[in-house]
Amino acid sequence: MAEPSRPPHSSLAASWAIQRRVIGALLMREVLTRFGRHNIGFLWLFVEPMLFTLGVTILWSVAGAAHGSNLPITAFALTGYSTVLLWRNMPGRCIGAIEPNLALMYHRHVKVVDIFAARLLLEAAGATISFMVLSIIFAVIGWIKPPEDIGKVLFAWFMLAWFGFSLAILMGAWSEQSEIVDKLWHPFSYLLFPLSGAGFMVDALPTAAQEFVLFLPMVHGVELLREGFFGSTFKAHYDIGYMAICCAGLNVLGLAKMREISRTVMPE
Amino acid sequence: MIHIEHVTKRYTTRHGSVTVLDDVNLTIRPGEKVGILGRNGAGKSTIIRLISGAERPSEGLIRRDMSVSWPLAFGGAFQGTLTGLDNLRFICRVYGTSTEDKIAYVQEFSELGRYLREPVKTYSAGMRARLAFAISMVVEFDCFLIDEIVAVGDSRFHEKCRVELFEKRKDRAMIIVSHDPGYVHAHCDRAAVLIKGKLTAFDHVDDAFAFYQSHAAE
Repeated sequence: MAEPSRPPHSSLAASWAIQRRVIGALLMREVLTRFGRHNIGFLWLFVEPMLFTLGVTILWSVAGAAHGSNLPITAFALTGYSTVLLWRNMPGRCIGAIEPNLALMYHRHVKVVDIFAARLLLEAAGATISFMVLSIIFAVIGWIKPPEDIGKVLFAWFMLAWFGFSLAILMGAWSEQSEIVDKLWHPFSYLLFPLSGAGFMVDALPTAAQEFVLFLPMVHGVELLREGFFGSTFKAHYDIGYMAICCAGLNVLGLAKMREISRTVMPE
Repeated sequence: MIHIEHVTKRYTTRHGSVTVLDDVNLTIRPGEKVGILGRNGAGKSTIIRLISGAERPSEGLIRRDMSVSWPLAFGGAFQGTLTGLDNLRFICRVYGTSTEDKIAYVQEFSELGRYLREPVKTYSAGMRARLAFAISMVVEFDCFLIDEIVAVGDSRFHEKCRVELFEKRKDRAMIIVSHDPGYVHAHCDRAAVLIKGKLTAFDHVDDAFAFYQSHAAE
């Protein structure tokens, strides 16, 4: 008979090893239940967002081409819609994430934070791979020019991911306490879409409207992302310091809420 | 050793706060078999979940100096949309043990055959119980938490479980929760009785049994 598994260690390295194992196991569990082993399987992780972005890009390009603007419309659509997928899908997947995993929480090491982490990693990976693959394909076939400043693109993407991550943890934890969060998230995220900067350039708005939309943190990220792609063709408006403060604030609130619900979650 | 020190557990319900466990103390030494007797709804499963670490006490402390299993019961700890095999893989990953060398054992012991590759939600209660027990035996622990496992399967399967748990693993500590004094009597060195959130420990199962009987009406 095999030796009993080692008694629990409390060192940081041992905790990290356990956490990596648990998140890895939950990732596999998510991939299997969401995508299964049929047809293209886990490739749907980024093929689905790619199809969304591709469709929107084509629609906007066709509509935009009629306006005769000098804006690189394909790059505008690609950057815009990709960012929406990034910050909107992470909270969407974290809301109600605990309930289908309650049975697994009988295992001591499986915690709320691991369930969120697994879903966030998958969502962020899907949106990121989709954005990267489409950017490369579009650049290769000549629909867009390669980004002018890759560093800015990566930094903006990171900031938007941080925003989505913070919002997701807050919404996900909060939804455990109140069903209203799930109900309100859908209209809220739908209404935020047109205000998020995905479908407009801040510079093209009247000054009063500019001040208003710049209250929304993700607008700053989208502007920076576009400056990285085609900054020489327009004037970007952003304040990454402001966006970082918003993200950090949401992050602290989200972690506090998660800690609160972690104490009360009860396995099935 | 497992030390349960001044543990209180409260739940918030629609009628306000309910105290399920009230200042509970218990120590389990390596290799010891401890029964916890209590009627339905006395808080037996709650105490098992707290010891396992799946839930946290409202007050007090639980210290574990040995590895402790998840609560072995006939249903729980599975994800219904995954196959039996994927649930096995999940649990092996979480506890950091290899999977591939365990598949044959689980398939044979659970008597599930090719159903091991079907989603758990399509299983009957008996199939689920057999899978649950087989997977429980794949990870080794110093202390097993056993929640009403007496209800598992038919008598032949029951006997197989008894051999796996009480013969092959008789050196391990066990905490057995039951409302059946006969089961506790057969397998435990000592027992505690849970009544109205208070846990009273006895050195002999017979004393615990007498106390349980005398308070049966409460």
